[in-house]
Amino acid sequence: MGYCPNTPDEIREMLAVIGAGSIEELFAPIPAELRAKSFDLPPGMSEFELMRIMREKAAAGGAEIVPFIGGGIYDHIIPAAVDHLSSRAEFYTAYTPYQPECSQGTLQALFEYQSVICRLTGMEASNASLYDGGTAVAEAALMSLRITERNRVVLDASINPLHREIVTGYLHGLSAEAVEVAPDGCGSDLKRLIDSIDEETAAVIVQNPNFFGSVQDFSELAVKAHEKGALLIISGYPIALGLVASPGEMGADIAVGDGQSLGNPLSFGGPYFGFIATRKRFIRNLPGRIVGETIDNQGRRGYVLTLQAREQHIKRHKATSNICSNQSLCALRGLIFCASLGRKGFEELAVLNYDKAQYAKSRLTGVKGVSVMNAGTTFNEFTLSLPKDAAPVVEKLLACGVAAGVPLVQYYPGMDNALTVTVTEKRSKAEIDRLAALLEEALCS
Amino acid sequence: MAKFFTKEHEWVEMDGAQAIVGISEHAAHELGDITFVELPKIGKSVKQFDTLAGIESVKAASDIYAPVSGKVAQVNDKLEDAPELVNQGAESEGWICRLEGVDASELGALLDAAAYAKYLEGL
Repeated sequence: MGYCPNTPDEIREMLAVIGAGSIEELFAPIPAELRAKSFDLPPGMSEFELMRIMREKAAAGGAEIVPFIGGGIYDHIIPAAVDHLSSRAEFYTAYTPYQPECSQGTLQALFEYQSVICRLTGMEASNASLYDGGTAVAEAALMSLRITERNRVVLDASINPLHREIVTGYLHGLSAEAVEVAPDGCGSDLKRLIDSIDEETAAVIVQNPNFFGSVQDFSELAVKAHEKGALLIISGYPIALGLVASPGEMGADIAVGDGQSLGNPLSFGGPYFGFIATRKRFIRNLPGRIVGETIDNQGRRGYVLTLQAREQHIKRHKATSNICSNQSLCALRGLIFCASLGRKGFEELAVLNYDKAQYAKSRLTGVKGVSVMNAGTTFNEFTLSLPKDAAPVVEKLLACGVAAGVPLVQYYPGMDNALTVTVTEKRSKAEIDRLAALLEEALCS
Repeated sequence: MAKFFTKEHEWVEMDGAQAIVGISEHAAHELGDITFVELPKIGKSVKQFDTLAGIESVKAASDIYAPVSGKVAQVNDKLEDAPELVNQGAESEGWICRLEGVDASELGALLDAAAYAKYLEGL
């Protein structure tokens, strides 16, 4: 495989056109001391040799490791249709779809995506995606400040710690503050959350299932928040919405989350997409792009970016948000994923995740000294209490090709023995049994 | 009671102790199809010429300034579902809000209908 496409003859020809005698002469205007002496590159390789090296490196780097890790990003099956349809050239080449006359396919896809997100979250309006789950939570927090004209948000500390950090980062420098409420064990402390809402609270932000994997009902929290003029923001894991009551059903005003689990590969941390949806009455405060359906002057259906008066180019400093882009291609994958599964398939996927995690829970708590810390229902993640520090145990299992979970001590000081384990539909019974056996072995040694 | 106008194209008309506020027919025509009126919150206090509300059309978003100082007593909530009322009658059914606690002497800083018409001719 030739990396450099130019032959010596072609190079000579090009140099002759511009009147340079050699490559050296071409670069002469750059002082010699600023030019690279050598690129220190090994000799070239054939494509076959290179692929072999890459395969070896991938195997050594842990690509074969069986993951029981979640914590916001999840290893789910991706139907082949997602790769095939989303990689169609029409979707790859369309630039920002400002021009409806040449972007109808992209705009229609985003409109359908918005419709799917509304169905999943139980909300009335969605934008065309945000950068990731953390950005979505932060944008929802800013949205609540704008709507209520208040300056305080209450953050449940059982939200993904990375997302919490993004929210506090966004609020830093604004005249707004984030107040964190510690969880009660592995669940949200509903009483303390309710008590923390005052006349200055713009929103209470919770996550369902939370970072420990606990599923909770936030309906009462919604009522109490509304009584004090505050909003309820629920961040969620979209696959869980096939089984768990939606944010809309619980009375939330804004629903957000990371869409990675909808047809996007883990791919070492991104790109992913964030979703955000809300009630119709708050649509003017929704950040980012919204695609609307309309009819042209001949009555034909068409799609356009709508409500653009919220945006920077018209409202300038009074724009709804600084977000000026989105994750169309990742969102498109999310749409194709949902459409491929269909309503029933989506429910079945959620049930499969729940059932496999329940099996893992029973197997792992069968190991001596191991117990589940979540008091109530969990979805496909749960937190174990081990009889010793979790981090070295995870290291030990990693050497056997199993990533056992997320040791919580890195996010929650003092929780040295806590390990959050995730089981998706991709984990087989044999893999779960092996995890239990390896855990037993690691704890006994 | 007569209407008074600002050079920013708002109008105000006293109705007893309250002032009715809106944007002029000229402004509505210039903005084009109105798509949204951001009504002020009831109870909000404003000083003369401060930002009172917002208005968006298919081609622009603009602030609406308070022609006189006062406190928002009532808003035209019909505009929430039908912002086009501003296009249909900016100086009648498309009014924006009513202010209370108004100092009528501030009207002296505004243009009467004839002066506003002349001002528009010069634009």
